[in-house]
Amino acid sequence: MNEREEEIVICRCEEVTLGEIREWIDRGYQTFDELKRVLRVGMGPCQGRGCREMILRELSLKTGKPVSEIHPGTFRPPSKPVKLSLLAAGGDT
Amino acid sequence: MTLKRTADVVVIGAGIQGCSIAYHLAKSGIKDIVVLERSTICSGSTGRCGAGIRAQWGTEMNCRFGLAAIEKFEQLHEELGMDCGLHQGGYLVVAFEESEYEHLKESIRLQNSLGIHTRAVSYDEAREICPGLSAEDAVGFTFHGRDGHADPFLTTFAYMEAARRLGVDYQRFTEVRGIRYEAGKVTGVETNRGQIDAPVVVNAAGGHSQHIAKMAGVKIPNSSERHEILITEPVEPGICPPMLISFSRNFYIQQRPNGSMIGGRSPEGHPQDYGLGVSRDFLESMSRTFVKLLPRTRGVRVVRQWSGLYNMTPDCQPILCEADEVKGFFLSCGYSGHGFMFGPISGELLTQQILGQEPRIPIMMLHYRRFEKGELLVEPAIV
Repeated sequence: MNEREEEIVICRCEEVTLGEIREWIDRGYQTFDELKRVLRVGMGPCQGRGCREMILRELSLKTGKPVSEIHPGTFRPPSKPVKLSLLAAGGDT
Repeated sequence: MTLKRTADVVVIGAGIQGCSIAYHLAKSGIKDIVVLERSTICSGSTGRCGAGIRAQWGTEMNCRFGLAAIEKFEQLHEELGMDCGLHQGGYLVVAFEESEYEHLKESIRLQNSLGIHTRAVSYDEAREICPGLSAEDAVGFTFHGRDGHADPFLTTFAYMEAARRLGVDYQRFTEVRGIRYEAGKVTGVETNRGQIDAPVVVNAAGGHSQHIAKMAGVKIPNSSERHEILITEPVEPGICPPMLISFSRNFYIQQRPNGSMIGGRSPEGHPQDYGLGVSRDFLESMSRTFVKLLPRTRGVRVVRQWSGLYNMTPDCQPILCEADEVKGFFLSCGYSGHGFMFGPISGELLTQQILGQEPRIPIMMLHYRRFEKGELLVEPAIV
């Protein structure tokens, strides 16, 4: 892997690079959820919308499994970030 | 990776308890240790917890455990070679009732006598510690600056990595289906991938520890309650640097070093169906707590909510012992919502017990036989 490729930011919310993702996959963190726990990829405001597919592809390259057979990790609500004041009002504004 | 057929010790569960126990055993020279995890590392209660670490407790045992754990957390990065995300912003405990404040002041005396420098603070000082706070209706506050939080994932992974370097074998996606024992002694475990013979088996199965105990014919009164929690987007740091907690109003809120805020509270109805679902009720009531206590968070957005299991005992204190009925079968469970923060010390103490040494903090009173004898050690300071 050349240096420029290594520096590509894959998770913009948590500023995680391709190099870091590959390093931790090599260290045995070979599911999306384990990478999420150790690097916080997919835990920022976008909830993995930007990085999930790219990380699954890296996992696929490393493990030899097709992307369709790799667990995409857990999706948690809310589907979009919601303001505390709105939630506190129970949806009434 | 193939499953070994024999081991010196089998640890069930790769949360903080299992990983800390495996590490401490390996560090003490035990060679052949296998940790079994039915899912991935840190996928259960540890990875779902509120991440708090405190020595502000209401019983002597918990104070001793809390302080010893903080001392271990303070040098964990050096010991394990990995940053565990420790942040010591203190715990700011808020009392809303006079009687509650009296109890907290009693606890301060106990804590001070044990070397924990907790003190009562005024509302003005509380607002210096927690600049976003608005709590006109509070009666009093207590603060201990060495409390705080750490990253449960990184801490657990740090123990796992260090244990692996010492030769510990971790097996993911391996579920224990039975415990084998003969003439009052444990002889091994059965899993979905085959069996392992072992003279020592440790039950560190968190929310499922009562099921594992039952497989060994050991009855413990634990139950598992679903608790919910949420996290916000990162915002300016300094809104809530300490863990802000109230026992009477059942909430805790903290701000991570990156600025995102975490909040949890005790659930209505204490659901015990082993589900890990989430509710809109929680989302709304927790949000009301946020905007009331920390008005500056009104415009902050919630990014994610999830839940996890508290493995409860009748006195909210853990079970840390060898089983009477089955020798060689050890339990480290029932932490009632504070298993993460005790993990570093409970792993060390159980290791000492397994090796036949005297644990450096007595744990006799944490045997499950206390429930039959009625010798409960009820801890009042729980959310």
